[in-house]
Amino acid sequence: MSGADAILRPTRAYRPARTARTVARLLPVVLFALVSLFPLAYMVSLSFQPLGNILTVSAEIVPRHPTLANYTGAWQSNDFAQYFANSALVGVGTVIGTLVLSSLTAYGFARYEFRGREPLFYALLASLAVPSVVLILPQYLLMKDLHLVDSLLGLILLYISTNLPFSIFLLRGFFEGIPTELEDAMRVDGVSELGILWRLILPLAAPALGAVAIFTFNGAWDEFPLAFTMINTPGNRTLPIAIALFQQAHTTAWGPLFAASVIATVPTVIVFVVAQRWFQEGISVGAIQ
Amino acid sequence: MTDAGVSLTRERVSGHREAPARRRRLFPYLIIMPGLAYYALFTIYPIVSQFRISFYDWNIVPGVVSPFVGLSQYAQVLGDAVVLVALRNTALYTVVTVPAQIVLGLGVASLLNGRLPGRAIWRTLIFIPVITSWVVVSYVFADLFNSQAGLVNSVLAGLFGPNFTVDWLQNTWTGMLVIWILAVWKGIGWSMILFLAALESITPGVVDAARVDGAHGLRLWRHIILPEIQPTMTFVLVMLIIGAVQAFIPVYLMTQGGPDNSTQLLLTYTYQQAFSFFDFGYAAALASVLAVALFWVSIGQYRILRARNAA
Repeated sequence: MSGADAILRPTRAYRPARTARTVARLLPVVLFALVSLFPLAYMVSLSFQPLGNILTVSAEIVPRHPTLANYTGAWQSNDFAQYFANSALVGVGTVIGTLVLSSLTAYGFARYEFRGREPLFYALLASLAVPSVVLILPQYLLMKDLHLVDSLLGLILLYISTNLPFSIFLLRGFFEGIPTELEDAMRVDGVSELGILWRLILPLAAPALGAVAIFTFNGAWDEFPLAFTMINTPGNRTLPIAIALFQQAHTTAWGPLFAASVIATVPTVIVFVVAQRWFQEGISVGAIQ
Repeated sequence: MTDAGVSLTRERVSGHREAPARRRRLFPYLIIMPGLAYYALFTIYPIVSQFRISFYDWNIVPGVVSPFVGLSQYAQVLGDAVVLVALRNTALYTVVTVPAQIVLGLGVASLLNGRLPGRAIWRTLIFIPVITSWVVVSYVFADLFNSQAGLVNSVLAGLFGPNFTVDWLQNTWTGMLVIWILAVWKGIGWSMILFLAALESITPGVVDAARVDGAHGLRLWRHIILPEIQPTMTFVLVMLIIGAVQAFIPVYLMTQGGPDNSTQLLLTYTYQQAFSFFDFGYAAALASVLAVALFWVSIGQYRILRARNAA
């Protein structure tokens, strides 16, 4: 906590009491962390165990005879490397498209007065409550008309749309918290409106853009029902479909399934760990302020 | 949302800029247009065409006639017993998992607030379930609670004997329990991170001053902390409710809505009508009812939100 807080604190507790209190807070936190990690640790453990262990009650938490067979099995089955690349492409494409469209729109909502601004904004927000699963059929038909069904581009276009309302909401909130004085100065210097957005607002809004990027990347990386319905060509599958197919095609090959799951989880964890220092500020300032 | 931003905007637009008046008036529309037009094409248009489909006994095969059936599929929705079960399950999922995520998320956040050894590490670890894939964790939990080789049953059998294992996912209420546990486990980190930001932004000294005045424990929470973090509380509540109603993957992958449709959620049932039974017209009617209902519920939520923020 801040220095001001320490100064304002009227009495300092004795050190032993403070240590006891820290431990009392630390214990449940550690417990929570363990519970959060346990299912994932279990997944990692299973992914290194021979199939016999997984199918019987004798599965070990720490495998006695770890094996990489599940990983080689998962990687070599069908076109797993291709699915991985597909998911990465879809994730990155969705992030770029969402950032471009939502930052333009959010800037308009945050910085300009115009007729119908608030009703339009709230209608957009309310549409966030319409579940994307119920739109799969009409979106499928639209993509068929555009000849984009069964394609990665089709998935990217729809994922961007799904992500727009929340991203616009978050970015508008964050943009509105940025003081306008600098903008006015730039305007006097003759910088265009888009120039102000690009050179001033977006760099200052890095935390919110980072939060949007994490959300949209994870959403696209994770998305299952739409991709499962739209993609028929094996070469166009994304990771969630590939993982689900381990269950259906091979009557649940748990070992490769969990190996594939571990492979699919690693990038999202890396993206989060790298971007997390902006994340909390981005979402809390943008959404609530 | 902040009035200060709006008034500054007004002052500036009418200020020193020499651009023609018409361009100035059009610019806001030009800049919001790409995003809104895009959204209209890929989300609003499908919502509208969904309504159209709901009036037909829709046939997806090109060239085959889809007979117009009027409102009959909406009547079918009203008379469908599984819809009621799915509505109950979605409501229960919301009522169980949303408060649990709020209470536990706020609890961890308050423990993490302030100095604590390894604070950043704990925060990251507790957030990790949020960024995992629903597909992945659904399979992990399905395996943990597997009736034969699952870890939970192994532990139960080891502790109490082989008769004390449970067919978790083959029974209605144990199946729902597993799904709720998964949802809460995966969601705690998200509310935690928002509550943590809110707790950190409480002006230093406010809580200490209240303590000096003799407020402790529950009273401190009720009169000082909860009012301070109220905007975050409302936001978390609204987002969690929206998320709960949209639950789909865990049920679809873990119980497939079974046994006998008893664990169906509104979305899994709607999806299966379309893509398992190919009854597209009926699925469209279900989807349209859902879309309209949820749109108005959330309009209501935002009205309340805005009224509270203005007050």
